[in-house]
Amino acid sequence: MARLAPFVEHLFRRAAFGLTPADRERYAGPYSDRQLIDSLLVYDPGTTDVDARIGTPGHIGVNLGARSSPNTNINQARQRWLFRMVHSPAPLEQRMTLVWHHHFATAYSKIAGVFGAADGARLMAAKPSEDPTGHRGQIELLQQYALGRFDQLLVEISKDPAMLVWLDGRLNFKGTPQENFGRELMELFTVGVGFHTEPDVYAAARVFTGWNLRRTNRGGGNDGTASFEFFYNPAQHDTNAKDFSFPIYPGSNRIPARGADAGIQDGLDLISALAYHPETARRMARRLWTWFVNETKEADESFVSSIAKVYLDSQTNMRTVMRVVLNSPQFADPSNFHQRYAWPAEFVVRSLKEVGFVGFSVSDLLTPMVNMSQQLFEPPDVNGWALGPEWFSTGSMLARMNFASQLATNQRVALRDLARPHRETPEKLVDFVYAALSMPEPAPQEYNAALEYVRAGGAWTGSDTQLLAKSAGLFHLLAGSGEYQFV
Amino acid sequence: MKFTRREFIKGGVSAFTVGFAAPAFLSDLALAQGASDRNLVVLYLSGGNDALSMLVPYTDSFYYSRRPTLAVPAGNVLQIGGDSSGKPLGLHPRLTGLKQIYDQGQLALVQRTGYQNSSRSHFLGTDIWSTANPGNATGTGWLGRYLDTLPSPVDPLAGWSTVRELPRTLRSDKVSVPAIPNVAGYALQSPNTGVEATYSRTGLSALASHLPPERPHLSFVNGTAQAALATLDRVGSVATYVPTVPYPNTGLGQAFLAVAGAMVRGIGTKVFWVQTGGFDTHASQGVNQANGAYWGLMNTVNGAVGAFYTDLANHGLLGNTMILQFSEFGRRISENVSTGTDHGAGAVMLAIGGNVRGGLYGTAPSLNPSSPTLENNGNDVRYETDFRSVYAQVIENWLGTNSIPILGGDFRQPTLSFI
Repeated sequence: MARLAPFVEHLFRRAAFGLTPADRERYAGPYSDRQLIDSLLVYDPGTTDVDARIGTPGHIGVNLGARSSPNTNINQARQRWLFRMVHSPAPLEQRMTLVWHHHFATAYSKIAGVFGAADGARLMAAKPSEDPTGHRGQIELLQQYALGRFDQLLVEISKDPAMLVWLDGRLNFKGTPQENFGRELMELFTVGVGFHTEPDVYAAARVFTGWNLRRTNRGGGNDGTASFEFFYNPAQHDTNAKDFSFPIYPGSNRIPARGADAGIQDGLDLISALAYHPETARRMARRLWTWFVNETKEADESFVSSIAKVYLDSQTNMRTVMRVVLNSPQFADPSNFHQRYAWPAEFVVRSLKEVGFVGFSVSDLLTPMVNMSQQLFEPPDVNGWALGPEWFSTGSMLARMNFASQLATNQRVALRDLARPHRETPEKLVDFVYAALSMPEPAPQEYNAALEYVRAGGAWTGSDTQLLAKSAGLFHLLAGSGEYQFV
Repeated sequence: MKFTRREFIKGGVSAFTVGFAAPAFLSDLALAQGASDRNLVVLYLSGGNDALSMLVPYTDSFYYSRRPTLAVPAGNVLQIGGDSSGKPLGLHPRLTGLKQIYDQGQLALVQRTGYQNSSRSHFLGTDIWSTANPGNATGTGWLGRYLDTLPSPVDPLAGWSTVRELPRTLRSDKVSVPAIPNVAGYALQSPNTGVEATYSRTGLSALASHLPPERPHLSFVNGTAQAALATLDRVGSVATYVPTVPYPNTGLGQAFLAVAGAMVRGIGTKVFWVQTGGFDTHASQGVNQANGAYWGLMNTVNGAVGAFYTDLANHGLLGNTMILQFSEFGRRISENVSTGTDHGAGAVMLAIGGNVRGGLYGTAPSLNPSSPTLENNGNDVRYETDFRSVYAQVIENWLGTNSIPILGGDFRQPTLSFI
């Protein structure tokens, strides 16, 4: 298996969950780095839907049981999303969707606790074209804005029914303001800690009074046909002026008193002020550094200031921002390669692309991902997942090693066949597996450990029997190794 | 040397990994840190346990007038005497095993536990009980901070969560507590069997032993892999444990079975987490019917705790263990129109063990709506004992360390002498 240029493998590990063998052939052609980056950035959102390919040959399996209902069953929704991660022709769209799911971390369990399992799944993941009321689940919103304008995404997420339940906006009424959403909007979604005050939280809560949720029951109760929509309720809006510690308008920190009917403008003005706050721009740049460039060291100041500027100059256009990120000298610097701890979703999808997936099912990812501490649609809290070293406990590391085993076992015959051209010596077999897994040049100690494993148990003949055992065993060892947990 | 996971993230040096347990001395570590042999089993009843159905004030006329459907008839309660104010109390009729433990003087009940401005949110409430910090319920848990006081490096099996998600209570800076919901599942898989599988394990260990100082992050992950591989056999030894009495085939029963196995095998774990859910009984609470929801919950608790208690007694290990039960809040006093109860405040806590001084601690509320023992316009039971005072008692008199730094204040209360 030919290796691609280190930068190309790096680009696809970071922005596309890795490369399948077919991808490698496709991208071996004479493409410049810039062309490859553009191929990830530029896609027509109307053509990236791969859901219709679920259940067709040549794809990873999806276990939908007796009744296919990925819009109303959260485990099926999880499977559908993982299928998209593996097969989307626009993998960066899926990668950004995952990033936004972490940024706007919303957990299904709270929604289901309020409206039941079916509507909980709808609010998280319903696909508008398939939902009886055309409901757009939160993850579809995040996908729609994957590389869209962040200021617009902020407005949409503030009105998103799942978010209105998750951060209690639906209970935010005049006279009894609910602080949950306003607090997190500033602390987690935009400027971050240190750039807003406790009185700002109280003012923000009042700004969003009346930003509520309307549920209309169409059928007979919890049958998945109720409609959920944001509605601005003028009668519940606090019409007084609100003061902040930062500018809302040029030269003014005050949202003026407004009549109830026009009061929705309060929230729009606050969101806009926060989206264009210079600290939001810098925080976004630092987060993008962590998500795409390096999380073993702090972001370069030059990176932060240049990305923050692009963010503001482009009207928060994330496609423009990501183009600069992926073309940045820092992204291309080899010392930043393999310096991110792979999220469990990144680890499993990369493994599938590099080890193989035909005959495997995304349903078999669900329990391992829980054991690795990343259950999609169930972040631990509104702060999202604890990234970096925090992914790794003895139990979660064991889960990663065991997933590598499960996949290698499932693919063992295919792996034997792929390994046949490399059967001549243990060294060639080891080199082949390192290449297939797009791993960095191994340290001698690790290379020797892999070699010792192949040699263990008797003289190497390269027989089919040996290959069947050792190629699957070697994929298990290396995909389950510490080195492979970095992207 | 104190070096936390969080500092590691910021500092990015190899000290964490170098101090991190190397397999050769893991067993020594467990021995040293397990030297006291004492352990604590935290039992969390998830959803907000209805304290008034577990510990019944069966002579309070308001209990019957406010719970026309849900009140336990006085003739059915398991009477356990009166509290210090002389108010008679009884256990839920299904708690026959707990009644026996009470009669042996090894069950303490602490009534009306909680804190000022009790949260009625499951999420926030659980976080507050977990962090022991009502002001800022984020970050590490109270038992995680206890684990952080152990000499470094901390044995990776010092804590053990029997549920999949690591509870915040066990979230620590210095040790990553494993979530082991199923001991049989905490095993290394391999694509091959027999001797080939042992080669896989040897190979993974060899790969994980690469701890390059110039790559601290790789070293950290490899160190974690080493720790996982090095604890497999200890956890595996638990999987082969055969109990002296049958355990119920419930999630809680099987969790307690694993805890008993870990104790009997002496693997060195100091803090266990077990939990069972279903306590958010907003509707059809079914306190009095054998097929009722709450009756079933009490059956689950009684069966699992009873088997565990008897099993440990048979091994002579009761003196080494203590079960501490909590829930995020108690429930509303008056039943609602769906014959359930909504989120309330004051809760009941249980402590069980060979060294527990059994009895009733604290005083029962008067359920008269105008009583000062209530809050929220007489709708909820007001707390009397700060839950952190219960924690302080456990930390000081059972785990044997200073509670003040762990709880961020002095919550010791001499009258609360259940250990």
